[in-house]
Formats: sequence, C-alpha cells, structure tokens
Amino acid sequence: MAETTNGDAFVAFERVQKSYDGETLVVKDLNLAMPKGEFLTMLGPSGSGKTTCLMMLAGFETATHGEIKLAGKPINNIPPHKRGIGMVFQNYALFPHMTVAENLAFPLEVRGMGKSAREEKIKNALDMVQMGSFGGRRPAQLSGGQQQRIALARALVFEPELVLMDEPLGALDKQLRETLQFEITNLAHELGITVVYVTHDQTEALTMSDRVAVFDDGRIQQLAAPDVLYEAPENSFVAQFIGENNTFEGTVKEIRGETCIVELDGGEVIDAKPVNVGGVGERTKVSIRPERVEYNKDRLQEGAHTLKAEVLEFIYMGDIFRTRLRVAGRDDFVIKTRNAPDQVRLEPGSQIEIGWLPEDCRALDA
Amino acid sequence: MTDASADRVTGPTPDTAIRDAERQDGPMLAADGTPLKSALGKALRRQKLRALMLIAPLLLFIMVTFIAPIADMLFRSVENDIVSQTLPRTVVALDDWEYDSGEVPSEEVFEAFARDLAIAAERKDHTRLGSRLNYETTGISSLFRQSGRGVDEIGEPQMDALEELNEDSIEPFAWAAFMGTEDWAAEVEAWDADQQGLAPVFRPNNEAVAAFPETVQLYSAYAETARIAEDSAWDEDPFPIVFHVFAQELAEADPARLADIPGPAGLDLVAAREAIAALDIPSTRDAFLEIDEDWADPEVWGTIKAFSSPYTAGYYLAAMDLAKTPAGVEPVDEDQRIYRTLFLRTMVLSLTITGSCILLGYPIAWLLANLPLRTANVLMILVLLPFWTSLLVRTSAWKVLLQQQGVINDILVWAGLVGDGSRLVLINNATGTIIAMTHILLPFMILPLYSVMKTIDPSYLRAAKSLGATNWTAFWRVYFPNSVPGIGAGSILVFILAIGYYITPEIVGGTKGVFISNRIAYHISSSLNWGLAAALGTMLLALVLLLYWLYDRMVGIDNVKLGG
Repeated sequence: MAETTNGDAFVAFERVQKSYDGETLVVKDLNLAMPKGEFLTMLGPSGSGKTTCLMMLAGFETATHGEIKLAGKPINNIPPHKRGIGMVFQNYALFPHMTVAENLAFPLEVRGMGKSAREEKIKNALDMVQMGSFGGRRPAQLSGGQQQRIALARALVFEPELVLMDEPLGALDKQLRETLQFEITNLAHELGITVVYVTHDQTEALTMSDRVAVFDDGRIQQLAAPDVLYEAPENSFVAQFIGENNTFEGTVKEIRGETCIVELDGGEVIDAKPVNVGGVGERTKVSIRPERVEYNKDRLQEGAHTLKAEVLEFIYMGDIFRTRLRVAGRDDFVIKTRNAPDQVRLEPGSQIEIGWLPEDCRALDA
Repeated sequence: MTDASADRVTGPTPDTAIRDAERQDGPMLAADGTPLKSALGKALRRQKLRALMLIAPLLLFIMVTFIAPIADMLFRSVENDIVSQTLPRTVVALDDWEYDSGEVPSEEVFEAFARDLAIAAERKDHTRLGSRLNYETTGISSLFRQSGRGVDEIGEPQMDALEELNEDSIEPFAWAAFMGTEDWAAEVEAWDADQQGLAPVFRPNNEAVAAFPETVQLYSAYAETARIAEDSAWDEDPFPIVFHVFAQELAEADPARLADIPGPAGLDLVAAREAIAALDIPSTRDAFLEIDEDWADPEVWGTIKAFSSPYTAGYYLAAMDLAKTPAGVEPVDEDQRIYRTLFLRTMVLSLTITGSCILLGYPIAWLLANLPLRTANVLMILVLLPFWTSLLVRTSAWKVLLQQQGVINDILVWAGLVGDGSRLVLINNATGTIIAMTHILLPFMILPLYSVMKTIDPSYLRAAKSLGATNWTAFWRVYFPNSVPGIGAGSILVFILAIGYYITPEIVGGTKGVFISNRIAYHISSSLNWGLAAALGTMLLALVLLLYWLYDRMVGIDNVKLGG
C-alpha cells in the first residue's frame, strides 16, 4: 500500500476520512493512487466504506478530512457536474421520461453541443454497446441488461477520462453478468479510460480488474493485482474474503526462515509460511486454500507434518469434487480436487491423512 | 405459423380439443367440448358473485346517497309541472291564445282559470304557483295571492239566489246526496275523522253526471280537497265556484228535462233556473278585472303559457343570466346579471388557488420526500394537522388574522410597512377567499405530490449531475418532469374541491369573493328556488366534467398518479 502518492497519479486519495454523524468514521485514513488507464475495483462487504469512497470521488459526498485529487488537482470543492466523471449506477438511473437517445443526448446537451455532432456521438456510443437500433425506445421497454448497456453508453458518450461504476451488474442474472463483465473490461481497455468499479462480488473483482482494493472497516485491507490477492493475502480478512479458505487458530511455536511451526488449539502441529505474525508464542490464524490441500502422501515433502482427517461428505460438482472433512475438531474443512480420469473419489466415513506445502499455508494475524 | 403446425405431432392427446379448435379456426373448446368461454364464465361466476356481495353495501350506499340525489337534481333542474298541475284547465284553454296577438285572452280562458284558481286557492296551492311564476315575471306572486281571495266571490250571488228558494239547497249534506251515489252519501255521513282516517273517495251518481257533468267535476275537486284536509264533503260547505258552474249548466239545460230531476234538498230546478237567469252576473273576465287590472296584461298570461309545459329550460336560462319571456329568450336586465360573473369568478379564483397550492406545496412535498425519515414524519404531522381541526375553526381563525384591525395588519402597521390609515383589505373580498382556501386545500396538493416524489429515485438527480447538469438543470430537466403526474393529481383534486367550496367563501369572501356554490346554497335554503339551484349545480357538474375532459386531452389522465 502506497503511503504517499507519486506526482503523476491520475486519481489520488490522500489521508481521506469521512464521518456522517461526527462520532464514527466510515472511511478511516484512506490513501490510494491510481495511474491513468487503470481498472481498479473496490471490493468489500456492505458497510465497508467502498461506496462512500466512490461517492466522494464523484462529488456527492464531501470528505471530512484529507484531499482527493484528479489529474493532480484537488477536487474537494468542485461540484459534481464540473468534475467530468462518468458514472454508472446500480439501478441504472436512466431517466424514465426520456427515450434512450434523449438520455444519451442529455450530457451532450448540457455541454452545449450542436445537434449534428450530438447525433454522431450518440450513434457511436449506442453502436459501442451494440444497442444501435434502440434509440427510440423508453427505458421501461428495455430489459435489465439492455438498460445497463444504455447506462454505460450514457456514462461514456461525453468521453470522460474517469468512469465510476457502483455495482452496475448487481441486479442482473449470472449469465448476463458474466457477458457484461467481459464487455465492460474490453471497452475500458479499448477506450483507455480509467475505471473505479465498486462491487461486493469477488469473482467480478478478480476477473475484471487490474488491481483490487479490498475494503473492510473503513480501510483498504490490501491493494493488489487479483492473482496476488488470491495467492498471497496479507491478512486473515483478505484471505477469508477472497475465495474459499480453511482456517485454523493456533499459536506460533517456532519460526525458521521461510517456514514456521504452528500448534493448533487442539494440540496438532502444522507447517506454515509466516506472513503476518508477531513472533514465537503469538496467536495466529493459518489459512489453506481447499485446492492446495494434499491427501496423497507421496506428493508431500519429506518430514512434513500431517493431520488425521475423516471424510464427512463428498460432493460432485462437475468440473471439481468438493469433499468435506473433520480435521482437528472442525467439521468445515473443505478440499477441492479436479475432476480428472485418475482422481480418487473419497468415500464418506473413511480415514485419511492430509498435508500441504508450507508455502501454501499462510500464517496470518489472529 | 405454417412451419410450426407442420412440425406438430397430432395424436390422441388430452388437448385434442384445443388443437381441433385451432385447426377449425372456431371458438376454443374446453376438454368436455363446451366452448371455453362459457366454461370459463361458469368458473368465474361464483367469484364474481362473491365480489359483488362484498361491494354491495357500498354500492347501495352510493346509489342512495349519491347517484339518486344527483339524478333527482338533474330532474329538478328541468321539472316544471306545477303550472300544468295547478292550472290544468287554463293550460288547455290557453292553447288557442297567442301572446303575439297582444290581446287579453277570451272569456273561456278566464272561465277555466276561475275554476283552477278557486280550487288551488282552497288547497293553498296558488301561492306556491305564484312564487314559482314570480321567478319569471315579478309581481305575479302578489297578483295570485290577491286573486286567490277574490275568486271566492265568483258564485256567491248564485248561492244566495238558491238559498232564497230553498234554505237547505246549499247545505253540504244536500249536495252530497245530489252529486254522489247513495252508498257514498251514506258512508260519508257515517264517517268519523277520529276513527277512520281519511273520508271515502267521492263517487258521483249517474243522473248528476248526465245532467251536470262540469258541476260534478268541480264538486269532485271540492270533495277531494275536503278529503285531503281530513274533512268530509258532509260537513264542509261546497265552494262558491261549484254554484257558479251549476248555474251555468242550469241556464244551458233544457227546462223540460230539469223538471224530472230532483235538485239538492228537493230544490225545484226549473224555479232555480229562472231565479238565476234573473240575476245580473258579470262575465268571469270582468270579475277578474275587477279583482285586479293586471289580468288584462298579456304579459301575465304569456308567462303562464310559456311555463305551462311540464319541462322547462327556464332554470338553465336563468343560470346563464337569460330569461324565457313570453316573447322568447332574452338576457335579463344588466343589474340582475350575476351568474355568469359568479361562474367566471369561481373558475378564476379556483385556478388561482390551485396555482398557489402548487407554488407553496411543491417545496414542502420535496422536503417531505427527501428529508430523513424522522424529520419528515414531524413535518408530515404538521401538514396533516389542519385535517384534525374543524374547517370552521380554521376559517374563523383567518378572519381574526386578516381583518383590518387584525393580527396581520397590526404587525404590518407596527413594523411601519403600512400606514395606519391605509390598512390592507385582506378579508371579505377575493383576496381573503384565496388566502384561506389555499391554506385549507394545501394538504390535498402536498399529499399526492409527496407520494409521487417519494417514488422518484434520488439517483436520477445524481446521474444528471454526474452527466454535467447544474443543480437547476438536473431539477428542471429530470426531477420536475417526473413529478408532473403528482402536480396533475394534486391540481385536479384541489381545483375540483375549490370549484364547489362553500363554507370558506361564505365566511371570508364578503360579496366579491363568494363562489357559485354560495348562490346555490342561497337558493336551496333561503329563496327556496330549488329548480334554479339544481340547474346551477348541474352546470357546475358539467363544467367540472368538461375541464376534466380538457385536462385529459391536454395532459392525459394516465399522467396522474396518486402514488407509486
């Protein structure tokens, strides 16, 4: 996380705080720097402050403290309509009394653009979202996906350099959502625009973004590229929030360079990679991804610690198998295996031993 | 469709009927072969019946308290059978007379009128008729009242002559036997008002009908009048007009036949005929001219003739400051024209009130819809507060505030904004009506506006601003068009309420600020001209419907929303 922003960041939050009631902070000391052309997603549970950040950037909320800069200039005192930021809303916010073309013409009209230039731009924008023939329709006559395409076109038609999207796909069904995720990403890269995207859907965040900022409790918990976020979460919140995770609580027994030994609360001992632990004797939460758990002893390192496990449930999910185990007194330990021809299907009730490579098991803050 | 039907597999499936129907292009059939429509109708009938039962009490209530009075009002505004019912003979006799001739009607008309008026006077109907006709031509009311008294004289000399011949011949019991059947005479003699209700209905005997048909007719009217008055023809003296007619028929009768007919109380009819012939009876026309010279005025007769049909447009004409004179439809005198002015004022003031309600209500509705819930609730209570106070109290409060010596003027004078000598006239004029009614009708504007604004997503405004619109443009181009249905609903509500408002204009309106409804109330409760009140009310109703139609044409009634 960059504590200070460099000079050529396109969007920058500097020590921004926000409070609505004067007693609690919704956003606590936010620092963020985005280069031009980046697709950044703010991801987090509801109430984590991500939408507030977006609204402050758009100008609908004012920062209680700190500075927000756009292209190097502070914009705290610039009203929303002068910021030139395109915005896509969760409920689309298409004006119901105007046709699609009129909706798209609106930002151009208020900028005093002539009629012919306007029509040209509207046509291009509609073609861009493959809605060329829908100009004469009313928003109520369109499906949710079509409305969202129009909302996108409206946010892009006046060629803003920064576009904000507030959970734009939240109301759509899964298939449509995936199609639109792909289209939005492509469009953003084609046009070279900078996008700040807010969502609480981690798959959406991982598949679309250049970088993801994980929000919790008014702070950015980790700001990193999707793969880093998934592979190397820096704290237990991020590990829990992104993807599926098995966690154990325990105490650090020993730290030896890149590995450490953790004694679980039940007395079992495991190997882990110390990522975010204090020192020997400190409490820690270890997390292991379900697909990195190994029950074939031959593939484990020499001298690796293993745990006894009982198979509780085997779920066939098509591309993968999902097996629930009882490990170290916990019933919710999950492992995932690929559906390959040689893959073993574990029988419920059978006793197995599981282990993992020390680098796949991350010892994080308690 | 052809491609699809080619692909279709036909076979013995349960929906063969449907397929058959589709193929035959005939009505869709249910599984048992009956037309689907009737099968569906049967299935829905129970449901419909139950729904009808549920709304039946309301339906009945509305029919009795709303539809029926409106129908009655519509009928009353054209109903005019008082002339033809009170003066039936006169109306027929007047058929041959033309107002344009400028002549006094013939003796026949006067004769018929004498009979009608005499009976009406006994029944006290003539004053009612006089008041009715007085709406059309002033002076008729007193003319009728005076003639009602004078018409008693007609027939008196004939009565006296008969009495001289035979003392009992003018007594009621003698006439009851002379005119009625024996049974009836016996019944009416035995009749006792305290025990039997109304007296028996008169039944004439055949000899009397054959010899004196018109006398029987008049006597019948007399007997009926006595009966209605809870009296009997056995006790009450017959009206003089009966003797007047009897004398006429005696004079025309064949003396040879008269000898065979026994008169009342054994009166010798031949002698009676001679005695009456010896009298010097003036013509009925002269008798009326003696009572009042105005009966020589064709205007009076023209008015009676003009309003002799059972239906009239007269009330509607009056409601438009026109009058149906004997010569045709003419505008009334300039100093009597009030209704057009009143209608116009009602419209203009109602529109002004609606306009000021929009101006004052819009910001409040906006606040209600956009403030935090707790604050909005408090504000909502303030908006609804007037509903919990009596209308009369609120209006009277305005009287206290707006008077020339009232609170507002005092404050203005104290603040030096207005000189003590030039205090503002804020009440008992149109200004007072506008101020008080705007206050009273404001909630009816705010509530529909609020419920529509509540449904306008706040993100519309944000979207507009993010697209580059200033606050004003965002409001005017995006928020306002979406709130128009609320303005429409509120305006219709306020305007229609205002146009028929009565109490407030009555209290604060003075003479310059009263509405047409105040005039209607006046005609209902003071002048008792219900026909005109009904006509004015009907015109008001028509006006509202017309405006509603215009509104629908211009704005579209689909554009009116009372809520989500």
